[in-house]
Amino acid sequence: MFSQLDPVFLARAQFAFTVAYHITFPAFTIGLASWLAVVEWRWLKTGNPLYEQIYRMWVKIFAVTFGMGVVTGVVLSYQFGTNWSVFADKVGNVLGPLLGYEVLTAFFLEASFLGIMLFGWNRVSKKMHFAATVIVAAGTLMSAFWILSANSWMQTPTGFREGVDGLLYPTDWIQVIFNPSFPYRLVHMVTAAFLTTAFVVGGIGGYYLWRGLHVKHARIMLGMAMIMAIFVAPMQLLFGDLHGQNTFKHQPAKVAAMEGIWETEKGAGLRLFAWPDQIEERNRFEITIPKLSSLILTHDLDGEVKGLKSWARIDRPPVGVVFWAFRIMVGLGMLMIATGLIALVLHFKKQLFTTRWFHLWCVAMTPAGFVAVVAGWFVTEVGRQPFIVFNVLRTSDTISPVAAGPIAISLAAFVITYGLVFTAGAYYILKLIGKGPETTEEDTYGSHGVKQPPLVTDLAAGTGGKDV
Amino acid sequence: MFSFESFLDLPLVWYSLIGTAIFLYILLDGFDLGVGILFPFAPTDECRDRMMNSIAPFWDGNETWLVLGGGGLFAAFPLAYAILMPAFYIPIILMLLGLIFRGVAFEFRFKATGKSRRIWDYSFHFGSLVATFMQGMVLGTFVHGIAVDGRNFGGSAFDWLNAFSVMTGVALVTGYALLGATWTIMKTEDDTQAWARKCASYVLLYVALFMGLVSLIMPLMNSDIKALWFSLPNFYFLQPMPILSVVFFVMLWRDLRTEREYRPFFLTLGIFLMNYIGIGISTWPWLVPFKVTLWDAAAAPESQSLLLIGTVFLLPCVLAYTGYCFWVFRGKASHEHDPAY
Repeated sequence: MFSQLDPVFLARAQFAFTVAYHITFPAFTIGLASWLAVVEWRWLKTGNPLYEQIYRMWVKIFAVTFGMGVVTGVVLSYQFGTNWSVFADKVGNVLGPLLGYEVLTAFFLEASFLGIMLFGWNRVSKKMHFAATVIVAAGTLMSAFWILSANSWMQTPTGFREGVDGLLYPTDWIQVIFNPSFPYRLVHMVTAAFLTTAFVVGGIGGYYLWRGLHVKHARIMLGMAMIMAIFVAPMQLLFGDLHGQNTFKHQPAKVAAMEGIWETEKGAGLRLFAWPDQIEERNRFEITIPKLSSLILTHDLDGEVKGLKSWARIDRPPVGVVFWAFRIMVGLGMLMIATGLIALVLHFKKQLFTTRWFHLWCVAMTPAGFVAVVAGWFVTEVGRQPFIVFNVLRTSDTISPVAAGPIAISLAAFVITYGLVFTAGAYYILKLIGKGPETTEEDTYGSHGVKQPPLVTDLAAGTGGKDV
Repeated sequence: MFSFESFLDLPLVWYSLIGTAIFLYILLDGFDLGVGILFPFAPTDECRDRMMNSIAPFWDGNETWLVLGGGGLFAAFPLAYAILMPAFYIPIILMLLGLIFRGVAFEFRFKATGKSRRIWDYSFHFGSLVATFMQGMVLGTFVHGIAVDGRNFGGSAFDWLNAFSVMTGVALVTGYALLGATWTIMKTEDDTQAWARKCASYVLLYVALFMGLVSLIMPLMNSDIKALWFSLPNFYFLQPMPILSVVFFVMLWRDLRTEREYRPFFLTLGIFLMNYIGIGISTWPWLVPFKVTLWDAAAAPESQSLLLIGTVFLLPCVLAYTGYCFWVFRGKASHEHDPAY
């Protein structure tokens, strides 16, 4: 039944699906954890209850998202073996310790202190609770450090040798961990995670303002998000450019695919639009800005950019996916920068919190970060093909000895399960957003959720509850 | 490149470390999976809320030991990881799917209202049940032996499915249920506790039955295992384990008829420990029974050394703050829907 299906394609499809699904959660929780730490710090510093209420609303959303991130992440740590066992055997010596460090330095930290962050309000001091938030935020960043180091090594492998047995052996750990593309990828991804969170928080803030709900909280949310859009979104353009330069140096075929350049050109133009045709080795419907691609990549109007035809057909990545994913990512990045600029103008005109169309615009931008992150990962991962470890191991040579049938069925099972879980998760998050921050202090007294003494409740009842 | 191989048997060190990690996983996720297995049988919704709250702060950390087990095996014994994962392809995927359904239930259940909460009750229960059953089948297949071809799994997709592995699957379900029941005794009071006590005595009988069966079948199935346990002088050295197991069983049986709240859980841990060591001895020194030893499967010494440095410092820290979290949430669990707020 499944004999005509290609197990390599199925295994790739399964990994692409599970990893792309998974990355949307860390992309959000990395930024959200850090933002929650800032919000809690503002609360402790100023004593302003608005910050506490914002924290308590968002920590629930954090919990739902984090839970989904954990369960989908566990899957990945086993998929290296179930679907890519030859890869696991060959690179285990090099990548194994990096993933081991991720578990030991990050996962335990996050998982343990998340309990205190969510359920520890009445059991630890305010300071300890804040410490737990900071530790969880640090854990998410530590996790990003190790997993991006491992991924970057697969893109730009250094510090290893190939043994006579065909296995890879480490020769220099510093070169393995701090491989050439790692610093760029780390900065680019962590910044992307912060921006993703900022646009979600800003979108929800914008929604409340547009509807006239929870206005005080919404101003803080939108304000903090726009600070990120104004300052960090343009920085991301710079980081992305540096990352691109690095890729141009180490993985030129990927850049040629991103730019849709087939022939080696001096003074290559930037293709704004094109439909790359892998078989005929050319673009259809091309719209080009002359010389811009060379200028961006080489900082010289007449710099040389190698075309895809410089590589044998079997060594080229799929061009269309890389080309279009790249344009989606950059396009959304530009919209984020534009959002920041508009916010800046509105801020100086003192209209940021009253311009309704802008609030609606922010709502529309809510998913921008997620889409950009997934598109960016498609660029870098598909652009690395046909290699799993760039120029060292081919993806097709590293698959498990598992038949197409079980892979196809498990892929279908993952799609159905993740679909259900995502629908439910999105529904509960929307419910939490609909509910908004809780401002009524009816049954709580003070900031630690302690039950209000009955005497005060009685007094409050006597005054119509106005003073409570 | 540094390496400690000149003065340490690195594969043996890592075998012990990963053995410890997997054991901690079995204990820690064992009790919360066990709570999931018993969940729908609890007498009231309030009992279920208490049970859920008793594990909500911990499940995430507990499950991380599973990631350490998988990640550690990949790091320290990549060959074993590369052979075992394809061998267990279907049960591992089913376990992961089970863990997803139960993992999300923790958050979703408290957000759900009315009838939809039932969905997550069952998602929690069946997720826990499937994950446990699959783990038990993986264990059964492991001790039964794995087909190997060169550096790859050499068997077929359904090698893991046989009468013995089905039995070990059911056995682990009863084992985790016992852990879950004794945990519930420790962390709850009143009617929830009384119910958990009844559950525990009932489940205990099945655990004893399955332990006896496995102990009988394993030596019959494999002559090496038989020789290991029943030859002299091994027989005398290994006697303490079955004897201690029986002692723990009897003590637990009696404790469940008293007011003791804490000791039953720790006695169950003791029973698990004896079993675990027993399986370790039976499969020694195989990492892929009975084909690849722990020395053959070991990663390069420099790789094992690098991770060892970190582990020596980080594992005690992990244990310390895990302990701290258990201490923060000591005492009885409440039934409030949202204990955080």
